[in-house]
Amino acid sequence: MTGPITAKIEQQLNADDVVLYMKGTPVFPMCGFSAAVVQVLAQVGVKYQSYNILDDLDLRQGLKDYSNWPTFPQLYVKGELVGGCDIVREMHETGELATFLTEQGVTAAPAA
Amino acid sequence: MPMSVPELEQLIKGFLPDAEVTIEDLAGDGDHYRARIVSAAFKGKTRLQQHQLVYKALGERMGGQLHALALTTAAPG
Repeated sequence: MTGPITAKIEQQLNADDVVLYMKGTPVFPMCGFSAAVVQVLAQVGVKYQSYNILDDLDLRQGLKDYSNWPTFPQLYVKGELVGGCDIVREMHETGELATFLTEQGVTAAPAA
Repeated sequence: MPMSVPELEQLIKGFLPDAEVTIEDLAGDGDHYRARIVSAAFKGKTRLQQHQLVYKALGERMGGQLHALALTTAAPG
């Protein structure tokens, strides 16, 4: 299944190592689950690109088909879906997330 | 119309017959649930794959009839 939206998603996933598709923005999340992932990523200190799927209905539906995942947020690292809020939170609590990101060579954000 | 706990449990068990399912209604509105599911079908699968199995059980309803389902999944033992 290829089409303009798939091409767009793949372009976005290739442009950045860590991509978060969420409801709202990191500064103004529009859903508790999206807000939770933003918080986890801030705690881990990783740089990421976020896209607000509320702004783009084609992207929103396209992503559900692309990832075979029905909900948001969706966190991708190096083009692979890591999961939604539950998975990201659980991985963070066990320390798996930090380890995984380091293994993937995703460097932490430089100290401000 | 939002989903009832028995309906949700039935959907999951229909797909994963051996599953132990514990469901919590987070908001009391039948629309935000937390489910803990233990099933041998999850053995050897990543969390992502485990959650995808649960979403498969729910089919079209996820994101439509059911707005939010927080998942904790595990293989037995």
